Amino acid sequence: MANVAIELNNLTKTFGKVVANKNVSISVNKGEILSILGENGSGKTTLMNMIAGIYYPDSGSIRINGEDVTIRSPKDAFDLKIGMIHQHFKLVDVFSATENIVLGIDNQKYNIKVAEKSIRETCDKYGFEIDLNKKIYDMSVSEKQTVEIVKVLYRGADILILDEPTAVLTPQEITKLFAVLRRMRDDGKAIIIITHKLNEVLEISDRVSVLRKGEYIGTVETKDATEQSLTEMMVGEKISLDIDRPEPHDTTDRLIVKGVDCFNAEGVKVLDDITFTAKSGEILGIAGIAGSGQRELLEAVAGLQKLSGGEIIYKDPTSGKDENLRNKTPNEIKNLGVRLSFVPEDRLGMGLVGNMGIADNMMLRSYKKGKSFFLERKEPKSLANKIITDLKVVTPDANTPVRRLSGGNVQKVLVGREIAASPTVLMAAYPVRGLDINSSYTIYNLLTEQKEKGVAVIFVGEDLDVLIELCDRILVLSGGRVTGIVDGRSAKKEELGILMTKGKGGDTNE
Amino acid sequence: MLAILAGFLKQAIIQGIPLLFGSTGEIITEKSGNLNLGIPGIMYIGGISGVIGAYFYEKHGDVDNALLCVLVPFLTSILGSVIMSLIYCFLTVTMKANQNVTGLALTTFGVGVGNFFGGSLTSLFGGEGGHIALNATGKYYQATLPFADKLGLFGETFLSFGFLAYLAIFISLVASWYLNHTRSGLNLRAVGENPATADAAGVNVTLYKYVATCVGGAIAGLGGLYFIMDYIGGSWTNGGFGDRGWLAIALVIFALWKPKFSILGSILFGGLYIVYLYIPGLSRNSQELFKMLPYIVTIIVLIFTSIRKKRENQPPQSLGLTYFREER
Amino acid sequence: MNKHNHHEPLIRISKNDAMPWQKAWAIRGACILAAFIVCAVVIVFVTNLNPLQVFASMFEGSFGSERKIWIALQNTAILLCISLAVTPAFKMRFWNLGAEGQVLMGALATAACMINLSDLPSTAIIAISIGASLVSGLIWGVIPSLFKAKWNTNESLFTLMMNYVAIQLIAYFITFWENPKGSNTVGIINFNSEAGWIPAIFNQKYLFNILAVFILTFIMYVYLKHSKHGYEISVVGESENTARYIGINVKKTIIRTVAISGALCGFAGFLLVAGTGHTISTDTAGGQGFTAIMVSWLAKFNPIIMIFTSFLLVFLERGAGEIATAFRLNESVSEILSGIILFFIIGSEFFINYKVSIGKSKKEVN
Repeated sequence: MANVAIELNNLTKTFGKVVANKNVSISVNKGEILSILGENGSGKTTLMNMIAGIYYPDSGSIRINGEDVTIRSPKDAFDLKIGMIHQHFKLVDVFSATENIVLGIDNQKYNIKVAEKSIRETCDKYGFEIDLNKKIYDMSVSEKQTVEIVKVLYRGADILILDEPTAVLTPQEITKLFAVLRRMRDDGKAIIIITHKLNEVLEISDRVSVLRKGEYIGTVETKDATEQSLTEMMVGEKISLDIDRPEPHDTTDRLIVKGVDCFNAEGVKVLDDITFTAKSGEILGIAGIAGSGQRELLEAVAGLQKLSGGEIIYKDPTSGKDENLRNKTPNEIKNLGVRLSFVPEDRLGMGLVGNMGIADNMMLRSYKKGKSFFLERKEPKSLANKIITDLKVVTPDANTPVRRLSGGNVQKVLVGREIAASPTVLMAAYPVRGLDINSSYTIYNLLTEQKEKGVAVIFVGEDLDVLIELCDRILVLSGGRVTGIVDGRSAKKEELGILMTKGKGGDTNE
Repeated sequence: MLAILAGFLKQAIIQGIPLLFGSTGEIITEKSGNLNLGIPGIMYIGGISGVIGAYFYEKHGDVDNALLCVLVPFLTSILGSVIMSLIYCFLTVTMKANQNVTGLALTTFGVGVGNFFGGSLTSLFGGEGGHIALNATGKYYQATLPFADKLGLFGETFLSFGFLAYLAIFISLVASWYLNHTRSGLNLRAVGENPATADAAGVNVTLYKYVATCVGGAIAGLGGLYFIMDYIGGSWTNGGFGDRGWLAIALVIFALWKPKFSILGSILFGGLYIVYLYIPGLSRNSQELFKMLPYIVTIIVLIFTSIRKKRENQPPQSLGLTYFREER
Repeated sequence: MNKHNHHEPLIRISKNDAMPWQKAWAIRGACILAAFIVCAVVIVFVTNLNPLQVFASMFEGSFGSERKIWIALQNTAILLCISLAVTPAFKMRFWNLGAEGQVLMGALATAACMINLSDLPSTAIIAISIGASLVSGLIWGVIPSLFKAKWNTNESLFTLMMNYVAIQLIAYFITFWENPKGSNTVGIINFNSEAGWIPAIFNQKYLFNILAVFILTFIMYVYLKHSKHGYEISVVGESENTARYIGINVKKTIIRTVAISGALCGFAGFLLVAGTGHTISTDTAGGQGFTAIMVSWLAKFNPIIMIFTSFLLVFLERGAGEIATAFRLNESVSEILSGIILFFIIGSEFFINYKVSIGKSKKEVN
């Protein structure tokens, strides 16, 4: 078919023993938007990286406009008029927008002034507004994304790949982005969007291809698809999540957060007057678009963020005393007798040390115990073995560096360790991100178990369905502010969605 | 008084020229993200390769041919430096070895090669042994503009250098223009800041790192050549080049990775290097303290820029890091 | 033919997940062997000598006589001491290029004690010298680390500059201490009284140094592997975020570790002056502060393996020195050979960390 812009046949890519893509075949037409849908870790980004020349496929072929091609480097991809907008922007911070846009182009005379003029023409054509002289480090996320898109268009790309473009945008920005995408489609471009948000898939794309665990499942016309049918393709057999949620009992206030304010290193207010209470024996969910202050909030409680206002009161269940945790270091918090466990978002960069074995990672929390100058390795070793058995961690032994384990096993090790400290407060940030269904349920069950034991559990999630089925109450963050706290049993996704996108300006109706 | 000042300035420039070559070369190298601590070794090699070229030319060639007398050592110097740079690139870029360790090994090697050949060149090749003195070629390197003497103090201070001194300044200006006003310069800076981005934009990261490091090495090596052929006038003393290589690296920091700043910086450093000779009434011991000045000044600049954290004055962001595209 | 129809890449590189340690060390061994072959080629090319003969005399350099063995052991001890000193900081990813200066400061302090306290009993001088050398090495190391902790000032460049400040400081003191006047050297300190000299044990003047460093190696091994401090060093080196998360005071750890590094460098300076040379010059450390970095890195920061890597480098240096005298070459030949061997060892890591596959992968050709 003459209209096919790009065609992938049986692409396979492995990393060590992990199969990231297995025999994936998809095609995209000119003037079409194709969504590639899949859960986290289903191999979407790897697939696109092969088209963009970042990875080289182990086997399979790629055809562009009906001809077989080999893409060995990003340069090859550019020559084939393929442009990719990565999830983590590929921009040079100390360069201006213009400098970033012209970077790597070698078929015209180098003249920033002239280039700027023709970039502006491209911008006008598709309706972008950017300050071309602004340095990237001064830009907002949305501005950076705009620069990325203009960069690709300016280089004459006919095939555009966008990796999770909406993850970091506000609803208004998403609307704007989609308008631009439609304009580009009408201009005859072939566009591939990677996402895991069903509503966006249905709104923007013409066809949807689904990947699951690296394998190609199928492609459907968007007009024939529903959220239900796509979910089925994405997760395999039809499942209602069916997470076990016992009624909370004997709840008491455990952690009272009052009017907390926090600024980040760039001086932006990331937490704005946050107030809520976490109770023992219940799971408090935290919902919000990525970057709405979830990380900062948990870190503030854990003693990793400096607060500019407010207080965090911990009600000690044994002594009955109140302790103010504001601006205490993690050590000081521990010395107060607060049993606070924290599963951070960045597992290998924060929660665990990738190059250490499971046993040595167990020590992270406990190595200071005792007065001895030396380490005590027996206890962590037996804890490691207990976690390996109890949580069915797949690993050669307790000394294998955890970075060699799969994502699910890494998370079991981390959550296992945090629970082993028998906490009174357990905070978990995106604990099931990138995990398969089975591992995810293991984690849900562990959290529920803790809740039954009377622990105050705080769960930061991104999947609204999970939040609604797992949590007793759900707090919604938007732009660093609490826009609502709803009952998990009666909450509706749409309701949460609206709270999540409430504007920052305070002009919304209460 | 004016004459003393002018004399001081002239000496400062003379002392500054090897540093200027070294720092310009290292700036170009570092802009590609390679922190080449082998520069001191490369400058030794640049010197000794020139000496070897000159030695054989004086033995077998026509010493009255000014052009060849200059050209042969010049080219052998560049050849030596480029070979050294290739070793560095092969290990750090292709084999992804640690840059600090590789650089230090390169310096050990380079200083060794310099002193070995410098010390035994004559005995190795059937001579009577002893000191090398390459007066014939050296004199062409020291030749100044013919009318310099007639221009009084100005000529004496600014026009009385061998051609390599002017070349150093010219190269710095070209490097400055190249980095800021050419596409290739933009690509190079992107490679040093964020190689993944440059790669994704279609810039050949490996090629840029190789070329920048080799060109940078060649320029730095000319600093060694200047020192031997012009400053010393064509003879080799083991270890005579001293710590100028490290001082050149210090100058990179002082110049905030901007070649045009290193022109003035090199004169300042050269001045600080010898200022103890010009301050009247200094005892021998306080002279030694004055020799610390270039290093102290560098430390102060280093601290000051790290406190101010102005983005434009920071080292290239991925300086010292190896790049592997398929890193996950 | 379409112009984009390139051939596939001929050589493909991918990360190696794990390699059994036997295989890893076999690769390193093979690379060292290859390095010796290259060295042989270089020697033949430059000198026209029989390489086997040359290697034989290299061996002679380290093992030729009892005296030479003692010297080789003593040199190994000093290099090992400095390597041990730089290791904790490197393990923490603190690039301390200032070991040279820290050693010199320790040496300076020791010389000062020996000169100014020469009336005290020798044991007292030694005790005070040890204390003074530890403290001065420590101060020299801690200054850059304070700035690193406070403003994230680049430590490799800072420590590098501190070396030259130390050198000039020594040059300054030499002008006061020079003996005979005008020689610009200090000469042997307390030549007649031997005050402050480390005494010979069992008639071996270097035995104290060797034993001290041997014990230090063991202590450092245990410190890094089994102490809480060592664990903190590993965590900070791997990820500062993790360290913060579990409540390690990163700044404190950096400063404490660099202080230990600096103090041990100072101790090496003490051994060099009180136990070896009994004099001081700007060249007392002799570049070993830099060589030590390579020793430590080659041994993967493992103190026990450092015994071998430091001996390897000393063997090269002594051997090359022997060649130089035996064949009337310049002694810098040792640096050339060390350089070549280092290049090969540095390169060998590539084959351990990466997998290289050559040739085409399976793909149908039409």
